[in-house]
Amino acid sequence: MKLAVWTYEGPPHVGAMRVATGMTGLHMVLHAPQGDTYADLLFTMIERRNHRPPVSYTTFQARDLGADTSGLFKTACKDAHARFQPQALMVAASCTAELIQDDPGGLAETMDLPVPVIALELPSYQRKENFGCDEAFLQICRVLAKPMARTERVTCNILGPTALGFRHRDDVAEITGLLSEMGIEVNVAAPMGASPADIALMGRAHFNVLLYPETAESAARWCEKELGQPFTKTIPIGANATRAFIDELRALSGSTMPVDETRMRQPWWAASVDSTYLTGKRVFLFGDGTHVMAAAKVARDEMGFEVCGMGCYNREQARPLRALAKEFGLDALITDDYLEVERAIEDAAPEMILGTQMERHIGKRLGIPCAVISAPVHVQDFPARYSPQMGFEGANVLFDTWVHPLVMGLEEHLLHMFRDDFEFHDEAGPSHHGGHAPRNDPGAPAAHAAADEGGSMPPLSAPLAQPDSPSLPDNIIWLNCAERELKKIPFFVRGKARRNTEKFALEKGLHEISVDTLYEAKAHYAR
Amino acid sequence: MSTGCRDTPVLKQRGQREVFCGLTGIIWLHRKMQDAFFLVVGSRTCAHLLQSAAGVMIFAEPRFGTAILEEKDLAGMADANEELDREVARLLARRPDIKQLFLVGSCPSEVIKLDLARAAERLSEFHGPNVRVLNFSGSGIETTFTQGEDACLASMVPALPATPEKQLLVVGALPDVVEDQALDLLAQIGVTPVRCLPSRRVQDTPAIGPNTVFALTQPFLGDTHAALTRAGARHISAPFPFGAEGSTLWLKAIAAEFGIAPEKVDQVVAAPRARAEKAIAAAATTLRGKRIFFMPDSQLEIPLARFLTRECGMEAVEIGTPYLHTDLHGPELDLIAAGPVISEGQDVDLQLDRVREARPDLTVCGLGLANPLEAEGLATKWAIELVFTPVHFYEQAGDLAALFARPLRRHAALKRQHPNRLEAAE
Repeated sequence: MKLAVWTYEGPPHVGAMRVATGMTGLHMVLHAPQGDTYADLLFTMIERRNHRPPVSYTTFQARDLGADTSGLFKTACKDAHARFQPQALMVAASCTAELIQDDPGGLAETMDLPVPVIALELPSYQRKENFGCDEAFLQICRVLAKPMARTERVTCNILGPTALGFRHRDDVAEITGLLSEMGIEVNVAAPMGASPADIALMGRAHFNVLLYPETAESAARWCEKELGQPFTKTIPIGANATRAFIDELRALSGSTMPVDETRMRQPWWAASVDSTYLTGKRVFLFGDGTHVMAAAKVARDEMGFEVCGMGCYNREQARPLRALAKEFGLDALITDDYLEVERAIEDAAPEMILGTQMERHIGKRLGIPCAVISAPVHVQDFPARYSPQMGFEGANVLFDTWVHPLVMGLEEHLLHMFRDDFEFHDEAGPSHHGGHAPRNDPGAPAAHAAADEGGSMPPLSAPLAQPDSPSLPDNIIWLNCAERELKKIPFFVRGKARRNTEKFALEKGLHEISVDTLYEAKAHYAR
Repeated sequence: MSTGCRDTPVLKQRGQREVFCGLTGIIWLHRKMQDAFFLVVGSRTCAHLLQSAAGVMIFAEPRFGTAILEEKDLAGMADANEELDREVARLLARRPDIKQLFLVGSCPSEVIKLDLARAAERLSEFHGPNVRVLNFSGSGIETTFTQGEDACLASMVPALPATPEKQLLVVGALPDVVEDQALDLLAQIGVTPVRCLPSRRVQDTPAIGPNTVFALTQPFLGDTHAALTRAGARHISAPFPFGAEGSTLWLKAIAAEFGIAPEKVDQVVAAPRARAEKAIAAAATTLRGKRIFFMPDSQLEIPLARFLTRECGMEAVEIGTPYLHTDLHGPELDLIAAGPVISEGQDVDLQLDRVREARPDLTVCGLGLANPLEAEGLATKWAIELVFTPVHFYEQAGDLAALFARPLRRHAALKRQHPNRLEAAE
């Protein structure tokens, strides 16, 4: 048993629904109790889909448990087939149905339905949403795809996009355009946008482009083994990775056609002097493994940030992420506990977070700007405009999105110079963001502030009794003059200055922090 | 009244029910009871539901969480009770401000027959008297959406202290501002003393006894009604306080019980009632003559249909409700003119066929169905907003009507470009 407040991933059947909902001509019958239909709103509200997900639920209730839940399941299959006439039917159980052991796959097989049946085993008490995506897509390929003659021209499949994916819609468009520029046609993009009939033709492609290992790595490996299709290993997020991806495509396809890079503005935008202020900004990354690993490289090599922490919530990617973190001189944080992530961020005191919607919330509480780089998704992650993360345009989008939460370079200087100006004071926040002044002192423990608001679960490390500084030992105090001086430091570095000074005092065995201590610490930590 | 709907035969179909489970109620209950924590004992699905249902609308810090069952709990490798005790101890150590802890049962905890009632007793002994531990089920196999609040309030009744005092108990989780308005009206009418269930804080917990009479503010409190009756209290049957008419009838029924003349009520409510009628009239210009279809969702459907047909001039095509409590809804059904189909339960595909055939001007439905229907050119009102918005009594009556008028006004405003003929995604 594990206490969860917010979760990064849903249960595996929601992953399977993401695959089904992305596809056309496929229907899913989910053996699930009443209430599990909430999952429909993820698609209709968050992603604004204009159709119900192609999912029928048995919605059994307590009175059915003593009776015939398997009969209910068979009726649901029969009705779903009659009403929706799908090319294939996918069947699965949600967490509660798993416990009553009706075996949806076995039941569906006995029904002699005139379409292929894809049966899923989703261990709800061990695995999570990404596993559900990956497993559902693997089983769909296993049932429907067959080896066959290759197309005459060089083609590939795009693997991985699903419903409710983080920018999948636009990534597929961007990568399809890039492939087309290189003379490579897309045979099938799947699961999103594909029908069972399309899946059956996947074997025609010469190779596969794997965009999202979280949702399609198992399928890519199966295709490699059973259909003889190699797959790409580079995730084209950022300028460097996109170029490496193009090289990989050239090797796989033999394409020699030139690719026009002029629309990729990100390298010059990052190199231009206005971006100097980005140098060494300390960023903390958290999200799914794939996006975090890609973003870490972009942050360090293309933006000039300093990565001060990274981690992911999906254990499936723990190994490569740990290796990359080591390369960065860091220990990776592998957890799906939101409170643990919050503690790690508080300890690292970054100047910016690149995270998920959860970290955006953490950032709001700690007064740290945050840009979103990964699922879990929120209605804001489905912008009306074209906004890919991958390819050339993706690199541009990353630059804009990551810079937007920050106080701009010259503004940063002006805030230092004129911090007592009644209108242009540092607590007004970045001038291009309307209306939201951040918390007065980001150095104050967020847990306390949130508890004042009427409740949150304070991290263990932050006892409520010490409102000023959770980490400060009892025998160190801030002198009034130093406290006043600290207030003159702009809000976006104040938290870090407070922490560094306290750490410095602790190391030096000082009991009082004076103005001198503050500036000695500043010199000590100067980079 | 013989013209009402009380004797209309009820259409009952069984099939897929597109409804939330009772856990959803935690989202407003945890805000209402400020020293309570709701600990769902369930699966990742439960946690995901709470996050998704809440996350669409709020992303504030919760006083709820889920103790997620893992493989080892199910396989008997871990004693689920020991695990639960440990998680509760950890939680209460972190949150010394918590005075009431609700262990909330879920579909998986019920299927594996985890006895949360005994766990609550055990934990109450251990953590009491500082913390009171209660339990109820919010599972989908036992409860539909607002029944979660019903189960929660019903679970509190046996723990209420006894009193011989003649008093009124107002039952149902109302937003504080609305509750204050109701208490103020009752005080002006001369009804005293008045207590509320649930109370905002544990120290204000009401007592109950043979001289307690109670009035429900929500139509979905069937089990709470039964528990209060068992505890010796007596129900004051009345229409629910939605709209000017419902609010007045509700207050008059209470006044009568306390021997206060209806003229006194009329005198007290004259000004707020006039304000409500004026505000309703503004929205009614949009609503008058429009046809409305209720999918079953919150059990508010019948009282709202009464309000919309009688005070806003709408015509009800079908009034669907997850459960029809004849005892509670009878006075409402009496007031609704015969005509609409009354349906209980759901086969969602068949019901959507009826919606498409009727093409109502407005369909009240859950979040999963709203955008798909909008894409077919059918205006919708999210049912969940009705339990998240202050809508009771006079000062909110205009807001309640406006909630239904807004989608229609929006359709009119976007008429030229509303993409209501979107081609099928398939």
